[in-house]
This record gives sequence, structure tokens and C-alpha cells, in this order.
Amino acid sequence: MIDLKNLTIEKAHEAMKAGEYTSRQLTQAYLDVIAEKNKNIFAFIEVFDDALVQADAADAVFKSGKATLLTGIPFGTKDNILIEGKHASAASGILVPYISTYDATVIKLLKEQGAVFLGRTNMDDSAMGSSTQTSYYGITKNPHDESRVPGGSSGGSAAAVASDMSLVALGTETCGSVRQPAALCGLVGLKPTYGALSRNGLIAMGNSLDQAAPMTKTVRESEIIFQTLSKYDPMDSTSVSEELRITNYELQKGSTPSKKIGIPRSFFAKGLDNEVEKNFNESVEKLKNAGYEIVDLEMPDLEYSLAVYYIIMPAEVSTNLSRFDGIRYGLSLDGKDLLEVYEKSRGTGFGKEVRRRILLGTYILSHGYYDAYYNKAVLLRDKITREIKKAFESVDFIMTPTTPTPAFKIGEKMDDPVAMYLCDIFAAPANLSGIPAIAIPSGETASGLPLSVQFISPHWGESSLFEIGKKFETLR
Amino acid sequence: MTIEEVAKLARLARIEISEEEKAEFVANFDSILAYVDIIKKATVEGIKPEIGELRNVMREDENPYEGGTFTDKILNQAPATQDKFVKVRKIL
Repeated sequence: MIDLKNLTIEKAHEAMKAGEYTSRQLTQAYLDVIAEKNKNIFAFIEVFDDALVQADAADAVFKSGKATLLTGIPFGTKDNILIEGKHASAASGILVPYISTYDATVIKLLKEQGAVFLGRTNMDDSAMGSSTQTSYYGITKNPHDESRVPGGSSGGSAAAVASDMSLVALGTETCGSVRQPAALCGLVGLKPTYGALSRNGLIAMGNSLDQAAPMTKTVRESEIIFQTLSKYDPMDSTSVSEELRITNYELQKGSTPSKKIGIPRSFFAKGLDNEVEKNFNESVEKLKNAGYEIVDLEMPDLEYSLAVYYIIMPAEVSTNLSRFDGIRYGLSLDGKDLLEVYEKSRGTGFGKEVRRRILLGTYILSHGYYDAYYNKAVLLRDKITREIKKAFESVDFIMTPTTPTPAFKIGEKMDDPVAMYLCDIFAAPANLSGIPAIAIPSGETASGLPLSVQFISPHWGESSLFEIGKKFETLR
Repeated sequence: MTIEEVAKLARLARIEISEEEKAEFVANFDSILAYVDIIKKATVEGIKPEIGELRNVMREDENPYEGGTFTDKILNQAPATQDKFVKVRKIL
């Protein structure tokens, strides 16, 4: 029996290298857990029928002596990441028939390493939601308490790793969609610097915000996946070239070890769950005792982050999702003329939250409202980014709780969109400004629900996030 | 926001929605817009979006793939086709 619960990428790699087990055996072990648990948790929408074939190919690479850390490592991948020849639907009715015609760049890079794709994981419809309750295929449950949500939108990826249905997983973030489910399921979730990982082959939601993102049990695994996938890609016009990305952070920071943490307390004080607050304060205390310097930050503009996000994101959503028209791919419902084909296909194919956001975006971008909403939000986004950059002149990290509350009950917040949106309030600053952030487990509530803190660093500061993350793992 | 306004947005966005949902969206939009309205109290005087160094990120339009390389693969995803075309309802 392989100890899946405590398994990491490096442990699996060493074991496969030493011949203790093969990738086929490891993959089969995960398939067995999926067969046992997925019916109930519903982390996977589909399990690929060629997972063992992929594992055999990885075993051949091990035999040839050319295996890398990710060779033969089982991955769950979110349903909005294209794998050639496989279905990808973003868990939306409008894309149910769609089969990917090419590999996303992040998939191509993982294939080069011989990673094994177990299946596609569940998510909120078109990545819009914070609880994986809006999926076309059904809801995913939190493995820590099945009456609760796993978070979202990458809830399937989180539930898969947290219940040992997969060793690691890929999700995507537009505003907390990896950090928040990681927090609610007791995992590490990294939101990379915007432009670090290619967006080519991700089903787009908000182009100026989206990033692919690893979901793992440990910080080291997050680092391994990030280092493999963080590469310039000419297929993504917002991918940042190698020369611009390396120097940027090092020039800013020099070689002094990063030890100073800023806490913008007035930003997150309101509406914080008591246990979250207590755990956060204890986490800060532990870091202080470990030699980190803690300072308070006043960042008044962060208060506007989520509102700015809920203007820019629907605007981008309404524009982006116009490509789903019932003509070129995906669901198509017949009508008496072309217009009716559009209206019926889109009206039926998109879930309610998606319809809501497209209409909201249409409103925000319409004549007469554009200036008051969209243009103002763009300027405020810039102001928030400046405030964050200014803060990093005096601190190395910004630290906040990852979410205001632990996992909530299934069914909760479903008829109150604003209450649902507020789940991502601490996530928004990083997505708006493009900086990286990592969510790390920090303990649990009295009833055993995972709690999490996030560390945020300047652009391209992932290496320092991994450094403080690994340190924090030894303290908690 | 009114039912008529929501109906107009739905028409603009090419999305068929039910009367019941229109009423629900009116209420939703009122509460969402009330939330995002906090941006009205923020000042943005003197803020101009920061534009970094401009550079061309588009590749040169050269070395095209041979015509037809991906045609079948892509047409296979279309709901209706005829010969090598995507079939749609009459427009004119």
C-alpha cells in the first residue's frame, strides 16, 4: 500500500526511481481512491480512460534514466484547461460537447515532463463562483466535512488533492479561485505573477486577471510545478519575456533575506470570523518568534479592491464569452433565424451566474455607464497597484487571512450573489495588481475545518514566497 | 434597474432569459451595483493608467501553415457543417 496521505512529488519520484513502485501502480492507487470516493465527493467530472497508458509511458522514461521530478506524477486538471482530444467544458452547459483541438501550453510543458493526467476536475460554471455549486455537472463536497463546500471555482482540484484522489492538481485563478479552495480544503495554493504562466489554452474568463495555478499539499510541490510551468510563451501575448521576469524582482530586492512582514489590518478586520482572526494572530505571533519583523500597514485603497474587481471582471466576461455563439463549437440550439440560435444556445448553455455576470458586464460597458464604472475602476485598479508597490518599498511580504471564514455549508450564499462575492475579498488585490500570493494551511477550527493565511510578495517574488512558506510550514 | 432594462441587456448580450429570471436579476443588480458603488467615494484625481514600455508582442505574419492542416479538426467541433463550411441559418 502506498501512503497517499503523506505522499509528495519528491517522495513519489524517489520511490519510482528506486523501483519501489511504478507510475502505473501509483496511478492505479489514485484510480482506486477515485473509484471509492468520487461518487460522493465529486471532485472529477471525468476520469481519462488512458491514465494507465500515460503512466506506462512515464515508466518507460524512468527505465531510460531520463525521468524528471514530474515524470509519472498524477495530476488532476481543472475542466477549463485544454488537453488535446479530451473534453473541456469549464463545467458549463454551453461547452458540454466540446473536445479540445490543442494542448494548453501548461499541459504541453507537463507532457514534456511525462506527467500523468488522471481526469478533469469540477469547477463553478465558467469559473464563476466561490463554492463549486454552479457547475453544470453537480456540486463538489469538501472532503473535511461533506456538508460543506470545497470553495471555488477550482473546488474539484482542491477536493481531489485533499481526498487523495490525485497527488497534485492544476486550477486557475481570476480572483482567488485557487487560494480560496486551497484554504477551505487545507492545501497550498499559489497565484503566480500575472504573465508568469501561459494562458494559452485556458478557457478565458477575465483576460487581465486569469492565471493557471498549482494546488498541492506542500509548498515545495507548489515550487516544483511553478518552476516547470513559469516560462515565456509566444502564444500568449501577455506572457512576460524571460529577461524581463528574472531581473525585475532581484533588482528590487537585492540579496538581503526577506524578513519584514506588513499587515494591513484595517483592510481585513471587518467581518472576520472569530476563529480565523484568532488563528491569524497566532500565526503572526509564531512568525515574530521565529525572527520575522511585523509592522502595521495602512492601505486605505485596498478597501475598493473587490468592487473594482466586480466591475472589471464582468466587463471582460461579457466580452470574452461572446465567442460562445452556438455556431463554431459547443452547444447549439436551433431557432427560426441566426439571432434565435444565439439567444437560445446562450440562454440555455450558460448557467444562471454566468448569465448574471454577462448582463452585468453588458450594463457596465454600455453607453452612459462606461465612464462611471469601467473607466473609474481601471483608474482605481492602477491606484491600488501603486499603493501595493509603495508598501513593498518598506516590507518584503504582506500577510492576510486567505478567506474571511472557514468552509461554509452547501446551499449557503446561493441566493445572495454579493455574500458569495465577499468570499474573495482578500484575494482581489493580488489579481488586480498582478502580484503573486500563496495560501498556506495555518491550523484548523475547533470542529476541524482548515484555516489558512496568505503571503503576498512583489511581482516575480515567488521564490521568496516559497522560502517564507516552507518556514511557516515548520512553525504552524 | 427595471425589468425593461434587464430585457434590453439580455437582447444586447444575445441571451434568452425567462420573465422570472429578469425579475430576479433586477433585484440582484440593485444589490451588486449598491456594493460596487463604493468606488464613487474614491478619488482618482491625478491617476493616469501606468503604461510600461511599449513593445510589439505579435509575431510576424510569415511561414503560414499549409492550408487545410487544421480544417477537419476544427470543423469537427462545429455543430453543423456542409462540405468544408460551417452551416448557419440564413442571415439575409
